[in-house]
Amino acid sequence: MTARPVEQASQLRAMPETMLETAPQPQPRPAPAPRRAPFPFSAIVGQEDMKLALILTAVDPAIGGVLVFGDRGTGKSTAVRALAALLPEIDAVEGCPVNSARPDQCPDWAGITATTIIRKPTPVVDLPLGVSEDRVTGALDIERAIARGEKAFEPGLLARANRGYLYIDEVNLLEDHIVDLLLDVAQSGENVVERDGLSIRHAARFVLVGSGNPEEGDLRPQLLDRFGLSVDVTSPRDIDTRVEVIRRRDAYDTDPDPFLARWQPEDAALRDRIITARAALPGIVTPGTALHDCAALCIALGSDGLRGELTLLRTARALAATEGAPSVARSHLKRVAALALGHRLRRDPLDEAGSGARVARMLAETLP
Amino acid sequence: MEPETLRLILAVLTIDPAGIGGLWLRARAGPERQRLLEALPLLPLPLPLQRLASNITDEALYGGLDSAATLRAGRPVMRQGLLNRAAVLVLPMAERCAPDLSARLAQALDARHHAIVALDEAADEGEGLPQKLADRLGLFLDLDSLRLPDRLPLPDADEILAARVLLPTVRVPHDAVAEVVRACADLMILSTRAPILTLAAARALAALAGRTVVERTDLMAAAALTLAHRAAPLGDPPDSDAPPQPDTPPPEDRPDDGDSRDPDTELPQGDIMVDAVRAALPDQILRDLAEGRAQRQARGASGSGAARTGNRRGRPLPSRRGLPKSGSRIDLIATLRAAAPWQTLRRIAAPDRAGQALLVDPSDLHMKRAKILSDRVLVFAVDASGSAAVARLAEAKGAVEQLLARAYSRRDHVALLTFRGQAAELLLPPTRSLVMTKARLRGVPGGGATPLAGGLRLALDTALRARARGMTPTIALLTDGRGNVALDGSADRAQSDIETTQMARAIRATGCTALVIDTAQRPQPRLAELARNMGARYLALPRIGGGRLAAALGASLDPVSVR
Repeated sequence: MTARPVEQASQLRAMPETMLETAPQPQPRPAPAPRRAPFPFSAIVGQEDMKLALILTAVDPAIGGVLVFGDRGTGKSTAVRALAALLPEIDAVEGCPVNSARPDQCPDWAGITATTIIRKPTPVVDLPLGVSEDRVTGALDIERAIARGEKAFEPGLLARANRGYLYIDEVNLLEDHIVDLLLDVAQSGENVVERDGLSIRHAARFVLVGSGNPEEGDLRPQLLDRFGLSVDVTSPRDIDTRVEVIRRRDAYDTDPDPFLARWQPEDAALRDRIITARAALPGIVTPGTALHDCAALCIALGSDGLRGELTLLRTARALAATEGAPSVARSHLKRVAALALGHRLRRDPLDEAGSGARVARMLAETLP
Repeated sequence: MEPETLRLILAVLTIDPAGIGGLWLRARAGPERQRLLEALPLLPLPLPLQRLASNITDEALYGGLDSAATLRAGRPVMRQGLLNRAAVLVLPMAERCAPDLSARLAQALDARHHAIVALDEAADEGEGLPQKLADRLGLFLDLDSLRLPDRLPLPDADEILAARVLLPTVRVPHDAVAEVVRACADLMILSTRAPILTLAAARALAALAGRTVVERTDLMAAAALTLAHRAAPLGDPPDSDAPPQPDTPPPEDRPDDGDSRDPDTELPQGDIMVDAVRAALPDQILRDLAEGRAQRQARGASGSGAARTGNRRGRPLPSRRGLPKSGSRIDLIATLRAAAPWQTLRRIAAPDRAGQALLVDPSDLHMKRAKILSDRVLVFAVDASGSAAVARLAEAKGAVEQLLARAYSRRDHVALLTFRGQAAELLLPPTRSLVMTKARLRGVPGGGATPLAGGLRLALDTALRARARGMTPTIALLTDGRGNVALDGSADRAQSDIETTQMARAIRATGCTALVIDTAQRPQPRLAELARNMGARYLALPRIGGGRLAAALGASLDPVSVR
């Protein structure tokens, strides 16, 4: 059974701070502080758009991912990591490398015979920069190849991220060939490995969350368009807000336990809201006027393709479900329009206000 | 520099390295820096010191399969990465730290197990520590502008240990946070990490003084240590011979009589703290830093563009001996070929491996290599208006043709656009076809008004589109600089000037390499200014032929192409 070394190897890349039990130990090492519980999601001050975008993709993963772009030190990574702790658990077959919900969904190469269903946290997988293609898609299991001469598949990060989140910090610095690969898989929902004499496929449905700082490089438009929602975050300019940010961060850094305890009820309430919204989502009515509004707005903005409309509608439905509304109203569309469309507009170098302002302007004109 | 400041910097770093993030040490390599670095191991740091190489691989950082040990043992042997172990990392040549490495280190710092001492040897303008790291390292020390005291004021080990024990209990008064944030706002420091680092430093300083509540002196000293180098430059330089002494006039610290005082009343006013920060560094340094910051931003942008140039798999090169690392592939044939001659010898030397069909040693491994060529595209924006007199236009055409020939031999792409009359026109999207470019160029008509802003906008657009396709664009603008048509096509000189400046700044913001070639009879100061706004090289051409124009152009382009 290779489950243990596989897990170990994946974590090795995903979490640099994780301690590893490695065979030769040349020198004694001082143990660093244990891994802390992430900063509570509810305790993040402001950044309402970012929080809303993350919650909506949690309600409806089919929205297709969130891109968070913005200044340094605005809590981009914090929010995404906080989301992990917030999300409801999933049911999965015990030991299945791709977190299948039912035994018949387990890929045959995994050789899973167990039928026990266990609950586990929604997977949130970090995709580190500089990750190799093998690590992402999975590859030949070197241990078994060397030790036993067997040809076996060692699943990669995409397998672990199935039914969960794949988080890429500094997504704009990721190497092109990895980006292409992720795009392919994110779109098809399936990871296909045809190399080293292996022919493997498995489900890989995940919500892609990317964050980055635009000063360090732009994202290719092709990749931009694949993210369902995009959020621009900026440092808060208001002193009181900033003071509150620093106070909470300071409390978390210096004495985490009481701080975590204080915010736990709010995180739990939010989790319940997400669960309720997920249940309500299929019943949300989409009136014809909403469809008409979507189309009118996208035409006015000149966004390419129909992906914008579809995402806008989906996101508005998720918002309606989150708010407990029975149907999609114009107010829902207006709230999420900038999130769903902002990154799909052609860039105008003279427009310093950014695409968010353009969406707002068009909203005022087309959907009064 | 006051020996006291240096002592405090070293003390804060030593008490709580992971909390403060580390030290940005700006210094040329030299005996001064050497003395300081040699002192680092003497500090009673709670974490081991570990030197990083600036070309460190991911395997070394994160750990990975140890190929040599794996092949020897016949089972996978993992090697531990540097980042798996809490440490104070010494990063040499930090100014050349690549974006991908700085991103990895920044992620590691965010986990709060590491600290970094970044050795920034910035010599030229535009070099410097990557912003990502500068934002996360609490302390800053500039050795180039000061002399170290003869005896380094190393903090006392017992004091440090006592302070470290005290540190977890140190409390920050409620209002202190607001003061620090306000001071940051006054100093135009936007990052939210800065105040957090200031508080960390203030805590360490309070602990060093044996207190469990952060007081105003701690805050001011901490602000001077952690905020001074982040501050925006002053509007007008302060009186240099009247150094502000912020902590003398307000109530002097009374002997500590414990809890009888409300600590909140002891806190400094925000502007006093700002003064403390301003006093901590001479104005000139603030100015230099701010300038360096602006330049670094521009450079960062172009760096990211250039990093994207490896869009081709490239021409295969002979494979090279080496061990597998991320992104490399084993060349099986070359590896087998390298192993083949040794088989007999190895069998004799290692009878216990007789069962193996092939005895491969780590030294046999060969890695595939490919030469990734960066595709450059030259975007020519040629002023074909009436003011660019017909003769000059012909010269410009001649120069472009010469450049085309060079570009052709370098396999560069070329795009050609002209602007005249109402608007700019893209005559030729990026191409390698020399013949087509020449034909189009010959057909360029002259005359009409000068929509300079429109020409720049189209040039920028073309450059960005080329960049999105993975090429590295260079904009060459040939004009005599009298823009008189606005972007909307109206003949409005004032509006045109405003828009031209805006477009020039937009071009600079993208970090594209650019050239402004002044084709006017006499050099135009306004074009030199335009070049500055674009971040471009400015060439004023006397009345010369196309040949010399091309030579000048080529000379100024070539250093770019080498990079």
